[in-house]
Amino acid sequence: MTVVERREIALVDLLDRLLAGGVVITGDITLRIADVDLVRIDLNALISSVNAQVPSPFEGSL
Amino acid sequence: MTGLRYVYAVCRPFGTPLQAQLTGVGGDPPRLVPHHDLVAVVSHVPEADFAEGPLRAHLEDLDWLTAVARAHQGVIDALTTVTTPLPLRLGTVFRDDSGVRSMIEAREESFLRTLDRLEGRVEWGVKVYLEAERAPEAAAAPAPKPASGRDYLRQRRMRTKSQDDLWQRAETFATRLHETLCESAEDSRLHAPQNPTLSGASGRNVLNAAYLVPRAESEEFVERVDRTKDGVPGIRVELTGPWAAYSFAGEETGEKEGQ
Repeated sequence: MTVVERREIALVDLLDRLLAGGVVITGDITLRIADVDLVRIDLNALISSVNAQVPSPFEGSL
Repeated sequence: MTGLRYVYAVCRPFGTPLQAQLTGVGGDPPRLVPHHDLVAVVSHVPEADFAEGPLRAHLEDLDWLTAVARAHQGVIDALTTVTTPLPLRLGTVFRDDSGVRSMIEAREESFLRTLDRLEGRVEWGVKVYLEAERAPEAAAAPAPKPASGRDYLRQRRMRTKSQDDLWQRAETFATRLHETLCESAEDSRLHAPQNPTLSGASGRNVLNAAYLVPRAESEEFVERVDRTKDGVPGIRVELTGPWAAYSFAGEETGEKEGQ
């Protein structure tokens, strides 16, 4: 099967799967992140990184 | 106290060892936590980065998110060469191995059921784009300067109409392609169309779908997608994969699938 060239996977395609797919474990575990949050975070992070060509003012500090 | 457990996937036990030099999230090699008939694949991650608070903060950091996503994918990819993994969502973290085991214990039956459903299957991603406004007519023959208000409105209507037609055509194309591909797939999921700013892809994403296909039938599936590729001017089809069955890892029963 040589049909598909293995280019580097685009981050958006990966995030579609890692942030909206996969088994969501809820229950009595120590940590969990609501899926809604993750998707929102993903978009915020991406949009701000695309829009802000300037370095974040928080860079380097915490 | 050796940190928290970041869980990538749950699998049936597999005989073949993972590549020795494989590293996961935070550079930690993936380790196996067996429980009954299942194995969780985990990395030890520092509490300073992966406890709830820091994790939330880190997820706002694109570079950090990218590194974790790529590492997660790397481990899942390695697993697909030796078994059929059931990937967990990014950022699933437990306090310790016993927390991981209790989680498996609690969900054992559903994990086994899902693993049976996914055994020997892979996921293919298919996206359809409407190419950015090419308006070939306009380029070939610039519209004459409108002689009157009525002329202007007529020209404008025509332009809008041709845009609508193109959109309509892309919609029809995507719907038909989706139906065709569903025939060759065991299951499908529609992801939200991708924002062009984020994907960097040109054109407008009208279909962003995932298809669950037996590995053995993948070649046929790919050919089927390829055959549609050059069909319609102004429309672009993109294929990604094979992926582990991320989009199909959710349980079928109970609540509706995401999206």
